[in-house]
Order: sequence, then structure tokens, then C-alpha cells
Amino acid sequence: MSRRVMLREVAHARAGDKGDRSNVSVWVYDPADYGVVKAQLTADRLKAAFPDLLRGPVRRYEVPGLHGLNFVMDDALEGGVNTSLNLDSHGKSWSFLLLGLEIELED
Amino acid sequence: MTTSEPFRIGTGAGFSADRLDPAVDLAERGGLDCLVFECIGERTLAFGHRDRIADPEAGFNPWLARRLRAVLPPCARRRTRIVTNMGVANPAGAAHAAARVARELGLDGLSVAWLEGDDVADQLGPTTPLPEIGSTIGEVGRPMVGANAYLGADAILPALELGADVVITGRVADPSLFLAPLRHAFGWAEDDWERLGRGTMVGHLLECAAQITGGYFADPPYKVVPGLARVGFPFAEVAADGTAVVTKLEGTGGCVTEQTVKEQILYEVHDPAAYVTPDVIADFSGATLEDDGPDRVRFGGGRGAPRPDLLKVTVAFDGGLVAEAGVSYAGPGAVDRAKLAAEVVEERMRGLHGLNGPLRIDLIGVQALHGTALDYPSEARDVRLRAALRAGSRDEAELLLWEVEALLCCGPAGGGGYRGRITPSVITHNAFLPRERVRSRVEVIRA
Repeated sequence: MSRRVMLREVAHARAGDKGDRSNVSVWVYDPADYGVVKAQLTADRLKAAFPDLLRGPVRRYEVPGLHGLNFVMDDALEGGVNTSLNLDSHGKSWSFLLLGLEIELED
Repeated sequence: MTTSEPFRIGTGAGFSADRLDPAVDLAERGGLDCLVFECIGERTLAFGHRDRIADPEAGFNPWLARRLRAVLPPCARRRTRIVTNMGVANPAGAAHAAARVARELGLDGLSVAWLEGDDVADQLGPTTPLPEIGSTIGEVGRPMVGANAYLGADAILPALELGADVVITGRVADPSLFLAPLRHAFGWAEDDWERLGRGTMVGHLLECAAQITGGYFADPPYKVVPGLARVGFPFAEVAADGTAVVTKLEGTGGCVTEQTVKEQILYEVHDPAAYVTPDVIADFSGATLEDDGPDRVRFGGGRGAPRPDLLKVTVAFDGGLVAEAGVSYAGPGAVDRAKLAAEVVEERMRGLHGLNGPLRIDLIGVQALHGTALDYPSEARDVRLRAALRAGSRDEAELLLWEVEALLCCGPAGGGGYRGRITPSVITHNAFLPRERVRSRVEVIRA
């Protein structure tokens, strides 16, 4: 049996910005979930999920020692904090963009 | 000075508008060797230039005097040094303001150093490349209002060697504010890449203050932070080899856990193995964390590689005026009425007033922050329309406010709560300069 859960159920995340580049680090609560999250939460999946917002390349870095993934998204902040007309011009809320995605877990 | 005792270094501010009471608590009870106030971001440096242009005496952190009035007495009593980038776009002005505060407090003789040299505007010109946008300064087509190179720990070190009680900088890489006092305390050489990498990790973890003690973290019921309203600021006990324990004062709110530390390790980091500062290319990819008791996390495993030859420069340009205006709709049909209002504003700004540039319209409560990414189905009954544009002229900015306010009588039913504002803005892009072309120097005044 498998079940679909929001990523927020199994991982936490934090967003940061430099210029027009956003990064969101994702950390599983339970190291046992690292493999399944790593397999399903790919750079391509992010790019496909938010094509209008993530306009540039998306890269993923792995930090296996701490069970984390780091997504670096170019041209993802509508020009960056000093240019964007978004209310959230830093993209502080981008972490919850990712945490709202669904992951399939094996029971 | 070299020591084998742990060096106690804390954070009194992690951004320009950070709270003051946790800093005072740390100054009074932390037994610190050094208290760092990190107060510049890409946004606030731009504001510093805007303020300095309006008033040559301004352009430094507006809370500098209030902060120092509160923390200088305990810091002077305990010989806790203060290092801060509150100088923003006017470090000399900030240092003179700091000396005035010290005199008012009766701390005559207190030594205040400031750094010059991050302002590199006179070294740039219209043909200077802005590689990240594939353009040049001239091609941006806006007046340049400032340009600041990121200085490193080596620029701060002479001020500490001169015995300054307070060191005020402009643009310095955030972790360098912490690395400099660590280098001074432990005598780390400027090419001891491993220790500089570890010290940079200390600085990187501490630089955002509460972001490692439970701020920017709570997400109940998954991540619950006790006493968030009283969140304490962090300090680290750093050993001579650059390993450290991060913690907070007893009795403060918040928490220091492996989770809070992990999130901060990669905050604003791209490649975890190559975090570039003026001091070192730090490598956090092999970081290790270890529980060291309640609200104490021991960390190590940072490494480093030789520093870059180029320094990053933030170039600020006059961004014109940003106009923002909003009106709210509530009750049944609120989303549909707000959508209709958005169509009306768009049609009038484009069709009647000939606006060609970007016009952003959000429906707050339906889709705003993530608006361009998603189309959430919504039955929200409390929706706010927000319209925003970067205006080419004052008239254009005022026109947007006028059109949104006019929705009250001419728009959909039940629109209320109009607010509008026009704000001068600064936009920024990055340039790069060879480090030998960026010369810093230290100046000192005594209160």
C-alpha cells in the first residue's frame, strides 16, 4: 500500500534569496524518508510544477550527512528583492510552495 | 591576542529592523567577548543609499543610536566588543553618532573605529559589466546611486588590533563580521583555509540572530517553538580549532535544535560545498551536528578553500517610484467581485491611460505571494485586491492610486478599505572587482 502525503508531513524547509536566485533547503524529519523524498523531489519536478514562477534553471544539491536537499532556482524572484513587485519580494514563502507538493510513501 | 579559552560571540541583530531586548539581555547576561549586530541586506543597503541622497548625514541604520544607548553600558562594563555593519551607506556618520551616544552615557574615551573603502562607485563606469544580467551599468538606463564591494574579515582586523571598543562597517560579508573577531582571538592566519572555513560557518550560523533560535521556523503542529514572543538571540562558544557550540540564554524563549541549525546552515547558500565570501570559499557539505544538552548544538566539519580573486559589488540604481494600492471585498461572491475589480483596473490603466509597463494585480486571500505559480481554487470570503507598478513618473504612480480608490464608487459592489502608497525605490545588480582594486582603511575616534 502507498499513500500520498504533503511534503510538509515528512520534511521541513527554509527559503533564502540572493538577487534573483532563490534557494530552498528541505530536511526530512526521519532519516528513513530521505531516500523516497530524494527520489521524488527532483529539480525537474519543481520546474514542471511551477513553470511560471521558476523561470530559470533549477539545480539540486544533496547533503546526505544531514539528510537534506538544497534547491537553487535561478530567475525565480521576479527580478529579486529590490525589483520584484510581489508582496513577498524575498520569496520567504517559497519554502511552503515546496512543502505543499505531494510525496508518495510506501506503508 | 591568542587564547585557548572558548571565545564567546553573540548576535545582537540579524537584520536591520531586528529586536533590541534580546540584544540587551545578551549584553547583560551573556558574558560575551564580542556582540555582533548584522544589519545590512540587499534591500536595506539600497535604502541606505536612498536615505543618504536625501540627507548626507543619514544613510546608516536608523536604530543605531537606540541600540547603542541600550547595550553600550553593559558592554563597557564587561569589556564586550561590538562589531556591526550598521554604518550601511555612511559608516563615518554612524561612527560619529556612536561616539555622541557614548559621551551622553558618560563613556568618555570609548574608542569607535569605522571602515572606509567598500564604496567603490568611483571605480565603476557605464561600461562596467553586470555579468548576471548580461548587461552593463550604462545599459541599465537608470542613474547609479551607489556601489559597495563586499569587504572581508581582513578589513576589520586592523580595527580590532587597534583596540577599538566598537567597530562600524558598511558593506562587509555577513560572516566576516564574526570571522574577524575569531581571527583576532585565535590568531588564525589569512590563508588557514580550514579554520577560516569553520569560522565562516560560525558566522553564517549566527548572522541571522533568531533564525537559529526558533525564529523563521515555527510551523505548528509540526514545528512547535516554545515562548516565540520572547525568542532569545544566539551566541556561540567557539574553540581555537573553529568547532563550536551554539546556544541561547537560559530563560529566553525559542529553541536551538538540530533542526533549527540545519535550516540555517543552507540559508541563502547555493552549493553547500562552495559558500563564497571575501575570506574563503567555505564548504559546509561535511558539517556535523551533535546534541550537547538542552538548547545546545555542537557543530563542526566545516572546511575551506582559497578565497576568490574577485569581490562582489552591489550596484544600486534609482528605481523610480513604486505605487501600491488596495481595496477589499468580503462575504459571498468576494472572489468574483475582486476578480471583476482587477479587470476594471487593468482595462482602465491600459486602455484609458496607456500604461505599457508591468502592472501587477494580486488577490490577497486567493493568490498573491505564489500568484504567478498556482491557481488555487478558492471560496475565500475575505479578499483584498492589491495593484502595484513601478512608475515612470509621479503622475503615473498617482494614477494607479486614483484608479483603485475610484473602485469604491465605480467598481463592484461592497468594495471598502482603500489604502494606497507611493514609495521611492532602488534596484540593485551585481558587478565584480579584482580584490587588489578595493582598498579599505580604518579610522578611529574617541568619545
